[in-house]
This record gives sequence, C-alpha cells and structure tokens, in this order.
Amino acid sequence: MGIMLAIQGAVSQGILWGIMALGIYLTYRILDVADLTVDGSFALGGCTCAALITAGINPWLSLVAAVIAGMLAGFVTGLLHTRCEIPAILAGILTQIGLYSINLRIMGRSNTPLLKSPTIFKQLSGVTGLGQNWISMIVGLVFVAGLISVLYWFFGTEIGSAIRATGDNERMARSLGMNTNRNKVLGLAISNGLVALSGAMVTQSQGYADVKQGTGAIVIGLASIIIGEVIFGKKTSFGTKLLSVVVGSAVYRIIVAVVLQLGLNTDDLKLLTALLVAAALTVPVILEKRKQAASYDPMTDGSAGKGGN
Amino acid sequence: MLNISHVSKTFNPGTVTEKQALRDLNLHLEPEDFVTIIGGNGAGKSTMLNMVAGVYPIDCGTIYLDGVNISRRPEYKRASLLGRVFQDPMMGTAAGMQIEENMALAHRRGRRRGLKWGVTKQEKEIFHEELKRLGLGLEERMTAKVGLLSGGQRQALTLLMATLQKPKLLLLDEHTAALDPRTAKKVLSLTEEMVAEARLTALMVTHNMKDALRLGNRLIMMHEGQIIYDVRGEEKKKLKVEDLLKKFEDASGGEFANDRMMLSD
Ligand SMILES: Nc1ncnc2c1ncn2[C@@H]1O[C@H](COP(=O)(O)OP(=O)(O)OP(=O)(O)O)[C@@H](O)[C@H]1O
Ligand SMILES: [Mg+2]
Repeated sequence: MGIMLAIQGAVSQGILWGIMALGIYLTYRILDVADLTVDGSFALGGCTCAALITAGINPWLSLVAAVIAGMLAGFVTGLLHTRCEIPAILAGILTQIGLYSINLRIMGRSNTPLLKSPTIFKQLSGVTGLGQNWISMIVGLVFVAGLISVLYWFFGTEIGSAIRATGDNERMARSLGMNTNRNKVLGLAISNGLVALSGAMVTQSQGYADVKQGTGAIVIGLASIIIGEVIFGKKTSFGTKLLSVVVGSAVYRIIVAVVLQLGLNTDDLKLLTALLVAAALTVPVILEKRKQAASYDPMTDGSAGKGGN
Repeated sequence: MLNISHVSKTFNPGTVTEKQALRDLNLHLEPEDFVTIIGGNGAGKSTMLNMVAGVYPIDCGTIYLDGVNISRRPEYKRASLLGRVFQDPMMGTAAGMQIEENMALAHRRGRRRGLKWGVTKQEKEIFHEELKRLGLGLEERMTAKVGLLSGGQRQALTLLMATLQKPKLLLLDEHTAALDPRTAKKVLSLTEEMVAEARLTALMVTHNMKDALRLGNRLIMMHEGQIIYDVRGEEKKKLKVEDLLKKFEDASGGEFANDRMMLSD
C-alpha cells in the first residue's frame, strides 16, 4: 500500500514539475538554447509565492506574481544574451547566480514554511473535502491541460511561428523580417514564467519554499523531455510533444519514488538523475552508429538489388 | 531604384586580418534592371549584397532603395523591401517547419506579426497554386517538413518564397552554385521566369560566365571591392565569354586568373 501512495504522490509531483519541463521544452527544443536561468527562476517562483503568502496575499494572486517574476528573470537573461551578446549558457548562469541572492532577499531567510498559511491546495481541499494528494493532482492536470492548449494555440499564431522560425534558422528568420532578438527574449520570458509558476505550485503543494529548491531543476526538466521522447517518439505532432513532456515528468517522479522505496539514499538522487540524462542522450547516438556500422558493406555500391557476389 | 553611393566596408579593422571588402562603391539601378554580377573570389560580391541587405553595418556612404534611405536600418527592418536567396540551400528555409509554414513566414515578410493564425486557409490555396509552378510536386506535400526536401527542392522553394510578396529588389548570391547541373538549370530558368513575370529588379551573383551573359539586361564585374566594368543593353548582348576573360585578366594585372569562373561552362 505504501508504494501505491508513494506513486500517487510521485505522479502529482510530476505533473506540477511538468509545468517546469514545458518551460524548458520551449527553450531547449523550440528556441534551441540551453537556458540555465531555470534553476534560479524555479526557486524564484517558490520564494516569491511563499513570501507573498506569508505576507497575507491571496495564494492565487501569489501564483500570478510568481509568473511575472519568472518572466522578468527570463527577460533579463534574454537581454544579456541579445543586447550584451553574452553566449546563452553564460547569460543563463549569470541570471541564475544573481537570483540566488535575490531569492534570499525576497524571503529574508533561506527557508519559509507555509504550514500555517493558506495555499490553493488547502483551500480547494477545504471546499471539496478531497485529500491534498488528489487535489494537487487534479489542479495540476487542469493547469497542464490549460497551458498545453494555450501553448498549442500560441505557437500556431504569427508571433509563435516567428519564435519557432527564430529557433530553427535565425538568419532566415531575420531575412524574412523577424526581429529575432525580440523573439528570443519573448521565448525566454514565457519559458521562465512557466518555470516560476511550477516552482510556486510545488512550493504550495509541499508547504515550504527554499532558496535551494531549484538546484538541478534544468537536469530534471531535460530528463522529463527525454523520457517523454522515448515513450512517444520524436516524430509526433506539437500537441503530443507538449503532452509527452508532462508525461515524462510524471514517469521521472515514479522512477525516483521506486528507487527511493528500493532503498536509494536521497543524497544520491541528483547523481542518478545526471546518469539517467547522460545515458538517455548517449543511447540514441550509439544506436545510430551501430546502425551505420551494420549497414556498411564494402562490396556493394548501395544501389538496390545488387548484392556483393 | 537602388542607389549605392560611396560605400566602403572594412572587416576587422586595426587587426592583422583587416580586409577592405568594398572600396568607395557606387551603383545605380533603374527599375526592372536585372543585373548579373561576376568577379573573382573575394572580389566583394557577397559583401555588396550583404550591405544592401543589412547583414553588417556599412562604414560610410549611403544606400537608398526605392527612395528610402536604408543605410542604417537593421536587417530585419529592410526585409519588407528585399527578397533573398542564398548560396547555401539550407539557409533560406526552416528545416523543422512545414512547407506551408515556411511559405506563410515568407508571405508575411516585413509585415507586423500578431496573434492571428500563422497560416490561413486562403493562404494554403495560394501556396498550392504557387507550388505547382515549380513542377516538383511539392503542392501535394505542403505539410511535409522542409528538412525532408533535397537541396534543389529547397532552393526552388526559397526562390518562390522570396517572390511570394513582390520585393523591391531581389538578391541572388550564387543561388545555383551548390546544385547539380540539371537542378541548377531548372532553378535558373525559374529565376528568369519569375523576374520577367513580376518585372522584378534583381542582382544576381554568378560564377558562370555564360549565365551572366545570357541572363539580365546588365552585367557588372567586380574586383577588389570595386565595380570595374559595367555594361548593359545592346552592348551586353554582343559580349562574349572571351571578352569577359580578357577584361578579367586586365583587371587582375595580367596574371592568368586561376578561378572557378575559368572552369565553369
Ligand atoms: N564576415 C566577414 N569577416 C571578415 N572578412 C570577411 C567577411 N565577409 C567577407 N570578408 C572578406 O571580404 C572579402 C570579400 O568577400 P566576399 O565574400 O564579398 O567575396 P565574393 O566576391 O563574394 O567572393 P566569392 O566568389 O568567393 O563568393 C574577402 O576577402 C573576404 O575574406
Ligand atoms: Mg560570395
């Protein structure tokens, strides 16, 4: 029974973290930049939200504030990258490091418990009488469904297409009159807004915020994206891709829950995640090379019907 | 139509790799001029086109296009006036996007992009008709990713995209150089057709002397960042490959030019 509960908890956590993975998907797969702001903006979302809630602000409004804060963080990374021409990875790291201090300032300490404070989950649980675990799963699913619909719509619009084109072929995008710098900033802002929203929701669901809660978030997000691609394949429609990211996030949490139940030390979790991502990125490369090697035949010219005699 | 006056460009000034690519360049185009551009490697042909397109800022001088001073406009703000096809077939299209999505991006070249749909139904019909002209069967594959097309197909598509919305000036930089001879011929005749039909003003860089002579109403030769020869109309029609070679030799100080243009048929 314990394992079932653990898995249920894992799935609802995975869905909330899946919102972050969606944000990472936008930069990593659509804009084609590895944005390391994420670790900072995830914590930023959590810290902003917790600080506001303990100051007596409505937990729903706090979520909105967290999104705005996250978008600002993405905006800063975008400006550092486009205006100051700092390489994207470095720009993200700079914002991330800066955010650590900012997050401490926002909360005034490194950890804020929300045990006695209202959260969206407590409120809904009080209204419906359902357990917190169920509530966080349902709320997560509703948010994910809404966000995927909005993202699906947005990336079909003119602006959304321009952002996709910017990530795909920047020179072409510029030659067709797209302001590629603005598109990148916009993409980074939207992405980090989602990441911060996820951070805020995770904070409300776990009942505390911590300045370190975003450490390794980028790797967890990448793991979710890759697991999703393994399950759904790479050649799916855009909507399915977005869905696969969230499913990947849930599966990642289930894997974590299972290995923890099997007795893995929590301290080793980050190492396990890193290994998982490294392996998932390596396996396709090795398979491709194997395929190449297997199909190589020095005796044929490769044209059909001709075998080596 | 296009007015380039006293434009110079030096790359990496003040370093050991300093290179003056354009020297006090002047060029004036009449509406509907179709100019072929020849010249050796490093003559500054691509640089001239890139200056017009705004890829790099110019050091001095002015560029007017259709009466508008575009000298200091960023690249993306000049796009409304320009259609461009690059040497690299991968450069002009977004591989991960569908054929119709690519065309829709080009259809909105230089226009404000908002929250309307990226590709409309009417557009799809227009694109279907336009694609038929290429004779490559792409009209039946409009939702296929462009990355699945061959280099020649992509280049033909890029050309179509460049003219989908009539540009004030069409810039073609060796746009058939990376294609096999048959495909190159096909893309070239498409170019001719489109320029004639829409009565476009165009600049076309090529290393193929015969093409340079056969196409267009005007030919210019570049050498060391300057235009050293400029012929048009009847005079151009009478010109032969040998004449061009002679000119080229004279310009490069009598040395026999070891250049791709010698080899191209
Ligand atoms: N971005 C750049 N940075 C530095 N130098 C450059 C750059 N672009 C061009 N150059 C230099 O400027 C000169 C002119 O180059 P350009 O590309 O215009 O020649 P081209 O006439 O197009 O030659 P080709 O026939 O080889 O395409 C060359 O010496 C080249 O090395
Ligand atoms: Mg060139």
